[in-house]
Amino acid sequence: MTGFRTLLYKEVLRFWKVSFQTIAAPVLTALLYLMIFSHVLEAHVQVHGIAYTAFLIPGLVMMSALQNAFANSSSSLIQSKVTGSVVFVLLPPISYGEFFLAYVVAAMLRGLMVGAGVLLVTVWFAVPAVKAPLWILAFVVLGGAIMGALGMIAGIWADKFDQLAGFQNFLIMPLTMLSGVFYSIHSLPDFWQQVSHFNPVFYMIDGFRFGFFGVSDVAPEVSLTVVGTSFALVSAATLLLLRSGYKLRS
Amino acid sequence: MGVAVAIDRVEKHFASLQALAGVSLQIEEGEFFGLLGPNGAGKTTLISCLAGLSRPDSGSLTVLGHDVVSDYRAARRLLGVVPQELVFDPFFSVRETLRIQSGYFGIRNNDDWIDEILANLDLGAKADTNMRRLSGGMKRRVLVAQALVHKPPVIVLDEPTAGVDVELRQGLWQFVRRLNRDGHTVILTTHYLEEAESLCGRIAMLKQGRVVALDSTANLLARFAGQTVSLRLAPPAVLPQHLAARATLVDGSCTFHLAGARDIEPLLADLRQAGCVIEDLRLTQTDLEDVFLGVMQSAGSNRSRC
Ligand SMILES: Nc1ncnc2c1ncn2[C@@H]1O[C@H](COP(=O)(O)OP(=O)(O)OP(=O)(O)O)[C@@H](O)[C@H]1O
Ligand SMILES: [Mg+2]
Repeated sequence: MTGFRTLLYKEVLRFWKVSFQTIAAPVLTALLYLMIFSHVLEAHVQVHGIAYTAFLIPGLVMMSALQNAFANSSSSLIQSKVTGSVVFVLLPPISYGEFFLAYVVAAMLRGLMVGAGVLLVTVWFAVPAVKAPLWILAFVVLGGAIMGALGMIAGIWADKFDQLAGFQNFLIMPLTMLSGVFYSIHSLPDFWQQVSHFNPVFYMIDGFRFGFFGVSDVAPEVSLTVVGTSFALVSAATLLLLRSGYKLRS
Repeated sequence: MGVAVAIDRVEKHFASLQALAGVSLQIEEGEFFGLLGPNGAGKTTLISCLAGLSRPDSGSLTVLGHDVVSDYRAARRLLGVVPQELVFDPFFSVRETLRIQSGYFGIRNNDDWIDEILANLDLGAKADTNMRRLSGGMKRRVLVAQALVHKPPVIVLDEPTAGVDVELRQGLWQFVRRLNRDGHTVILTTHYLEEAESLCGRIAMLKQGRVVALDSTANLLARFAGQTVSLRLAPPAVLPQHLAARATLVDGSCTFHLAGARDIEPLLADLRQAGCVIEDLRLTQTDLEDVFLGVMQSAGSNRSRC
């Protein structure tokens, strides 16, 4: 267990030492989104009978948490691969499971911290209700873990920073932006509603938002099932990758 | 004494390149073992396979009886590796780096031993300095320290003295010798052959992924015992067939290996008869470098002739 704990501690210390870029910066980004969108839409839009700004806040919190969980594990791995310092974690007797857990938990923690930061600065604009805190926690923890594991896959696969940026720009960004953060998918044309149902991030956001307002596009149990299944699949894929030694142990 | 490291018919390819072509070695506990070979011979690849950084295509490796693939946790706990590449984690200070590395091996509260390593590697004054602010040689010393945090019974050093100053090199060898005396098995690769000659009890020479010599250092030296004559001949120097076959070209000089001093006279007579004019002549006692060159040339297909 000491191996796992140390790796987790190291991963947390890594982003904590540069928290200005890893936590403060994404909080600022989310704040800018909120100010712009609520300025434009507050007077015109209500979703599920909720004022637009209040509706937007949980989505922004979750989106920031997810994106930063992904950024954490992927950038940590690619950095240590490019500089070669990855040998320090490959030489010790750390099992695949411990390795996986340490990176995923660290990613999730960064996601939680960024999410909490976003909530803290946006709460000045509108206070969202908190109807079911356990749902909130369940979705942010699982969502962060999924993104942390996806970040591991991307970080292991990519050989260069631009490959990782591609993964981020062409997969993670669209999945998170088009997941109903800024709108309810019921406001979309039929076709795009159907498409949204294939986006697992949609269920993370929707379930997370249910915890605040007690209303959602789909039932939270359905969302939890989708998110839980996604987590199991992504985890299994990551563990298989680690066990095979793909790109890490050539 | 048991077997510290057993390497059995290990092969490794990188695409079409055969980096290891069936290497077998057995290193006993307590040995100070040298792994020598020219650039690209496969030394680092072999060490990577042993450390689990690379997977061999076939063959097996064990550390104190533990297979490095199927029983990797036990094998890695028993092994300390100083990698050849100068790598470091820029986020941490020297002490943080060593504490974290200890933790990876399951060791907490390791400060006493860390302090001892730091003192022996003359890093005490830099303990709280960030890794980025160290000179190259100091970073190399931290790599050595990182390999030792868990007091591994088998220590592998892949060119640990590249870029390290003379004084520290002495200090490092003293420290490693002490660890060896205390029972640690040491495996060393180096291009400084005098180091290998004075430190290693046994040596394997690798070339193009094959072991081309494996013997005690004393036997290797004895095999090539005698003198080496280096001659620079005035051009146009054309050696007669029977002399050319015995000569090797080193730095533009023809080098002959002689069993003893009394072989010099006939050689000179032969050269005179062939009309060769000697511009310069040097006579040296055989050292590991001659053995190395001799082994490499007789093992290779493309020996350079005078
Ligand atoms: N990751 C890799 N991908 C492709 N080829 C590789 C890789 N690593 C090593 N090689 C090749 O394998 C061969 C053996 O390399 P290796 O690093 O083991 O040599 P070495 O004996 O350690 O040399 P040196 O004395 O220069 O350190 C070389 O031809 C090298 O180019
Ligand atoms: Mg090497």
